[in-house]
Amino acid sequence: MLELSHGAEWLNQWLLSWCAPWAAVTIECVLIGVLLLLSYSVLALFYIYFERKVCAAFQCRLGPNRVGPWGVLQSVADMFKILIKELISLNHIDKFLFALAPYLVILASMLCFSMLPWGSGIQIIDFNIGIFFLLAVSSIGVLGILLAGWSSNNKFTLIGALRSGAQMVSYELSMGLSVITMVAFAGTMSISEMCQLQSDGMWFIFSGHIPAIIAFVIFIIAGTAETNRGPFDLPEAESELTAGYHTEYSGIHFGFFYLAEYLNLFIVSGVAALLFFGGWAPLHIPGWDAFNGVMDWIPSTIWFIGKAIVLSFIIIWFKWTFPRLRIDQLLTLEWKYLLPINLVNLVLMVLVVCYGLHF
Amino acid sequence: MANVQEHIARLFPEATFEEGEVLLVNIPDAKWHTLAKTLKEDSELDFDYLVALVGMDWTETLGVMYYFSSTRLGHSISVKVATDNRENPMLHSISDLWNVANLYEREVYDYYGIIFINHPDMRRLFLRNDWVGYPLRKDYDASPETNPVRLDHEAVDDTTFTYVEQPDGKVVKEERTIFAPEDFVVNIGPQHPATHGVLRFRTSVDGETIKKIDLYLGYIHRGIEKLCEGLGYMQTLHFTDRLDYLSAQQNRHCLCLCIEKAMGIEVPRRAQVIRVMMDELMRISSHLLFMGTFCMDLGATTMLFYTLRERERILDIFEKTCGARMTFNYNCIGGIMEDIDKDFVADVKKLLEIMPKAIKEYDTIFTGNVIARNRMEGVGVISKEDVISYATTGPVGRASGWACDVRKTHPYGIYSELDFDEITLPEGDSMARYLVRVEEIKQSCRILEQLVDNIPEGDICAKVPKIIKLPEGHWFQQVEASRGAFGVYIESHGDQKPWRVKFNSPCMNLAGIVPHAAKGGKIADLITIGGTFDYVVPDIDR
Repeated sequence: MLELSHGAEWLNQWLLSWCAPWAAVTIECVLIGVLLLLSYSVLALFYIYFERKVCAAFQCRLGPNRVGPWGVLQSVADMFKILIKELISLNHIDKFLFALAPYLVILASMLCFSMLPWGSGIQIIDFNIGIFFLLAVSSIGVLGILLAGWSSNNKFTLIGALRSGAQMVSYELSMGLSVITMVAFAGTMSISEMCQLQSDGMWFIFSGHIPAIIAFVIFIIAGTAETNRGPFDLPEAESELTAGYHTEYSGIHFGFFYLAEYLNLFIVSGVAALLFFGGWAPLHIPGWDAFNGVMDWIPSTIWFIGKAIVLSFIIIWFKWTFPRLRIDQLLTLEWKYLLPINLVNLVLMVLVVCYGLHF
Repeated sequence: MANVQEHIARLFPEATFEEGEVLLVNIPDAKWHTLAKTLKEDSELDFDYLVALVGMDWTETLGVMYYFSSTRLGHSISVKVATDNRENPMLHSISDLWNVANLYEREVYDYYGIIFINHPDMRRLFLRNDWVGYPLRKDYDASPETNPVRLDHEAVDDTTFTYVEQPDGKVVKEERTIFAPEDFVVNIGPQHPATHGVLRFRTSVDGETIKKIDLYLGYIHRGIEKLCEGLGYMQTLHFTDRLDYLSAQQNRHCLCLCIEKAMGIEVPRRAQVIRVMMDELMRISSHLLFMGTFCMDLGATTMLFYTLRERERILDIFEKTCGARMTFNYNCIGGIMEDIDKDFVADVKKLLEIMPKAIKEYDTIFTGNVIARNRMEGVGVISKEDVISYATTGPVGRASGWACDVRKTHPYGIYSELDFDEITLPEGDSMARYLVRVEEIKQSCRILEQLVDNIPEGDICAKVPKIIKLPEGHWFQQVEASRGAFGVYIESHGDQKPWRVKFNSPCMNLAGIVPHAAKGGKIADLITIGGTFDYVVPDIDR
């Protein structure tokens, strides 16, 4: 089996053979950090291209097709453009908070990003409350959005920020509860253990059957809302608030919001893949040994990224099909429908686990 | 008509009458408000619809021409009120009786400086507050020194003036507050993605709820009515394409009809049929664009591309025949400029074949969507009384149950021979306004189906003199444009140039009812409501 963990092991041994352990750890940390940043931006570029192409297909268009073959270099060109753009300085703003906000947003999404199980044995941070940590750091993002809206000293951004605050706080509940449902089912909060469990047995969505499917549907809805994507893109509803909380941002500061939005899309689909579709675990059907062997042959990293992309395709599909909700309808959906269903579902899941009604 | 005249003469002995296209009543200003009240409330008269309000400068007097119509009884009347005080002209306001008069009277104040007594908000409508003089007066000094291009920021006013008549007859100027200092006022526009042009709503909000809207117009005011006064009749035609550019054919049709009526020209039948076909194609293309942009306002971007796909076909048809995809310049006095393209009939047939399938597709993707329904149903409900009082004709009026289609009420061209239904819905909400337009696309297709194989042979244009002179008099003509009744008022003093041309645009009334419809809703509802009204700003500002 081709697994990246062998390579990492070899690198560690090689470093230890010629330098002190602390230096080896430092070098490894720097390497991983660089790798993380690199994959973060490459994925973001891919996602921008991916969404453009998908949305073009929905809208009877071709999408980008001029820069590079099939337009693949279009988002690279756009990224380059955004890097060299001027950061317009505004007069009546809170300069410190204004500059801080995009970094908070990108920091939150970067921390979540580092928690994802990239493959069998490839995980940057792995500890016993992994999924809890992921939820915790993801809520830093809303702070960045609120600060961005507040510090811009603009009425549109303020309304956008308030909308976003209400929306994020509400949907965090659904998100957390559906995660708890799955944690109750898995019996662990460690991300690597969750994947291992699904790799040994079946994916949770199959073994957890009805409550897992309900939790998945709610998770995908809440996740779409958490990432501020249509039909829940109220904080930046362009036809109402021009661009919502990031109206006043320019250049790379805007780019950070933009990047974080796309990466959050990946993170939400990644977490959904982890909780319901086995993370990096290949598809196994009990009894079909030959089939399972073939599935095992595909590297686990490809399994994980593939699942995440398929799930993000569904979220992109939402955005390009549905109109936007109104703020009161959005909150009604969460507090009057999703939250009660979620609580009942949690009880259902506990019953399923207690009485062993799962596969 | 004689009946109406007798009735008014009995009640108002000082009124004088002139026979014409519609009965004209002359009344002194002192009696005007009482007469207006009678016109509106007397059950034998019942003039509940203020069709047009035209400010006039007759050099020795300033005044206003009013056109009224009754939605129940179907008869029309016009009233002329004048004042010979040019220094400080004052007339009584009728904005308390017909809501639409509110904006109309502000427009007259802006152009002629006529102050309307008891009008709640006597500010300029289109021009800047620091504008010197009143541009449509015949003695206006148009030199650039009087009104240079101002580079400074226009001050925003939170207060307005009203001229209140005291019981003893004295008129006192009073200040009124629009927004208090503690109001949270958000500017929606002039640069905003959802205003479909440079329109500005100063909106005071409480959280997400709208408390009050103040309308600011005039960002693309071009003074078209003033320009027309300096040009020959042929030259005025092309302005109509630039008012509501999505009803370009109908608008131009209207002005041509008005001039032809004044000159007594009989338009060849072939031209009449082609004109109607062009009008209906224009209507379909306009409604398609409405569907696309409205869905985009609600956040469903994909619909835009679906509707533009079909609209593109119509624009191709226009391009082949008129040579342009916008501002067609197709109708002319006496007929049409050029004969139809050889592919025209085939292209229209192809379009008619595609449209039913396309509408089904739109319904699948948007109309039946639960989020779309929640966003539209029960949002911005307007009652039938309100649409009549605000004179919001067109699909908006019909969605509130007001049968106001000019093609049915005052048929022009060959519409009286055609078989089509007027769509009215009772709900009056955003959903109804959307559905009315979808149904109207189907009706327009029906009209085209009846005509596409029956375009008669013959001339495309009547014989028209090289120099066009209208006899002395005044004429008013309405057509059903894509957004409602578009009216043209022409007054001629026998010259080659018109004395006064007034374009009575449907979109100004639509913008005028927004504050009423959106009050108490959410910010997102304002966008929905504005989207379903589908106003085109160049038509408002002119």
